[in-house]
Amino acid sequence: MRTAAIVFLALVGLMALLPVNFERQFRDSPNAGPSRQFPLGTDDLGRDRFSRLIYGTRVSLLLATAAAILSCLAAAALGGIAGLAGGVADKIILGAADLFLSLPWLFLLLMARAFLPLNVSPMLSVTITFLLLGALGWAAPAKVLRAGLRKLRGSDFILQARAAGCSPARLLWRHLMPNVMPILWAQLWITIPAYVLAESTLGMLGLGVMEPLPSWGNLLRELEGGGMADHPWLLAPVLLLAAVIGSFQLVFEREDYSA
Amino acid sequence: MNLLLVLALCGELRFALHDEPKTTDPLMMADESAEAIGYLTEGVLLRINRLTQRPEPELAASWRISKDSTKITFELRPGVKFPDGSPLTSETVVATFRRLLDPALHSPIADTFKTEKGTVKVTTQGPLTVLAEFPAPTAGMESMFDQIAIGSGLGPFLVAERRPGVSIVLKRNPSYWKRGLPLADAIRIDIEQNRDLELLRFRRGELQLIDKLTPDLYERLVKEAPGTAVDAGPTLDSEFLWFNQAKRAPIAETAKEWFRSTAFRRAVSQAIQRADLCRVVYRGHATPAAGPIAPSNKLWFKEDSAPERFDPATAAKLLETDGFRFQNGVLRDRGGNRVEFSLVTNAGSKTRERMAAMIQEDLSKLGVKINIVTLDFPSLIERMTRSLNYEACLLGLMNVDPDPSELMNILLSSASNHPWNPSQKTPETTWEAEIDRLMLAQAATADYSARKKSFDRVQEILREQAPVVYLLHPNALSAVSKQLTGVKPTPFFPHTFWDAPHISIAKSGGGG
Repeated sequence: MRTAAIVFLALVGLMALLPVNFERQFRDSPNAGPSRQFPLGTDDLGRDRFSRLIYGTRVSLLLATAAAILSCLAAAALGGIAGLAGGVADKIILGAADLFLSLPWLFLLLMARAFLPLNVSPMLSVTITFLLLGALGWAAPAKVLRAGLRKLRGSDFILQARAAGCSPARLLWRHLMPNVMPILWAQLWITIPAYVLAESTLGMLGLGVMEPLPSWGNLLRELEGGGMADHPWLLAPVLLLAAVIGSFQLVFEREDYSA
Repeated sequence: MNLLLVLALCGELRFALHDEPKTTDPLMMADESAEAIGYLTEGVLLRINRLTQRPEPELAASWRISKDSTKITFELRPGVKFPDGSPLTSETVVATFRRLLDPALHSPIADTFKTEKGTVKVTTQGPLTVLAEFPAPTAGMESMFDQIAIGSGLGPFLVAERRPGVSIVLKRNPSYWKRGLPLADAIRIDIEQNRDLELLRFRRGELQLIDKLTPDLYERLVKEAPGTAVDAGPTLDSEFLWFNQAKRAPIAETAKEWFRSTAFRRAVSQAIQRADLCRVVYRGHATPAAGPIAPSNKLWFKEDSAPERFDPATAAKLLETDGFRFQNGVLRDRGGNRVEFSLVTNAGSKTRERMAAMIQEDLSKLGVKINIVTLDFPSLIERMTRSLNYEACLLGLMNVDPDPSELMNILLSSASNHPWNPSQKTPETTWEAEIDRLMLAQAATADYSARKKSFDRVQEILREQAPVVYLLHPNALSAVSKQLTGVKPTPFFPHTFWDAPHISIAKSGGGG
């Protein structure tokens, strides 16, 4: 299974790099069904859905993954400090995390968009959006990580390591890191699709990927009007998203440390 | 036989509004939902017939306009009674206008009756005679009274039950002055924001009317329930784009120079394929626009005007004559700057997003780069009216009144809603000065041919100067159940229930 997942991800990666013309409008063929010329049909403006899916994969995989990594790195740093140091640092970080979770981030993003210059390229606009998502999304994974570390800190094997004179650096590197990595990976796999979907929502508010750039998010918006029974090829972005996330999970197998 | 006929004709009419009405005060109604309720429950002195586009007597049995177009005298219909039994008199009308024009009320409808020269005075001239005096000659003044609800409860229906966010039930007004009407016993109006659900409920027979359908839902209905979808032709609404020409706008001077160039604006207008916008975005249910007036506006449309012809070659030549040059797929101005600007529109409108993407592709063939930005509506309005921090904007205008005076707040250079350069102290261009003069002239006379001549020239100037690139007029798309009779869909709001008193419901038959 793992090999199959690696091969699949490699194929998706290669596919995402294919040179495609995702913006050309075939205005005589809007909403066309699959054909040899358009394997997944065309969208409302007659653009080839397959080309848009390929380019959208490049945009979403790259940027949603980058944003998720940013969130998880910030969560690792802050959650790690809170979980290990405890005391005042723990209280401050927990307070900040609660504040971030309670903030109406949608309005924050709207405000941020209002302050951005209008005349920016679609790629720069979407990069900024994902950066903002990444910067704002650290709180939930940080709390999960902190809880995991607090539990680990009081566990028998850590106490034994300490009693054996293990240095703090070795304790962190040899004993704590391997045990919190599965938590971090899990947070990453949760966050990537969440950001892809968040981008889709933001698109409706003018913060997502701007025309003519495609993304998984704005391809998913095509499902809003229903009609999947008659047009099952509209489900291609959903299937690809699910397959990619599933494959990532298979490639980076989680260790069961609960026992 | 008669009993059977009555049984067949009575019943409950059911349709949905997309939003909760923001007010129940008839003098404060400004949103579409509130206006719809007001239309069904309130009485007006006269009503514009949506089919003939002419005013017809309602609470006023007749009216006469003075020769100098400054006064209108209404003779009220005798015997009209409110639900509590009290009679309609001229005092009621005067009291309504006193309240409407009270600055403390802040009525959005009152602006129509206030000008720089003063406010309309409404006085009683007898028990059933009302005089309205305008501070200056005003053309088409009678149509202004179509919106003013006199008192409360003089319409064909009364509000019987209101469940906020869920539904509003209207029942037949027993004291309605048109004897034997309305034909329906009641109207149930559900609040249904989701248009897909609204269509589904129509198909199930739970709703009998959909006043406004989007083109994709219309197409779906045509396939699923033939004979229930109605295309009533182009509305008075228009979709257009314009460039920010305001001197004080905080945008690059180079961009302002392009936008102030008539050749640039005309070239953009010629490079846009309006027919494609209508066919692809509106699925054929829109009409390419020649100007602000839709062809359905029979009285004021300039007969010989046609939409700007799609001609990218002429557009390129026009740009060349103005110092622009096309190099390696990029258009550059005299100073060598790449022609690139942002086009803002409101977020959440699929049709405008699609139109923007098509315009982006059309103009890319001229070497113009457009960055599309969708903004939430408050941010967009703030940029358009206050900060003026935008370059080009794609929006639409909903027009209710076919009279050109309705466009005064858009076309006068001093108007705050003058899109391309609002609130000018004096007109900054000679052609804007000419538009101002012509608009004021047409408003100062009741002579239709003189008004038409002035307004035709305004339409010509708008075509020549292209300060606004008019794109299309969307068609009025609606759904009418086969259970209903007496529904006469028109391109004017409300499209399907404007003659609600004459709509009747058969007891059997599916919604679709």
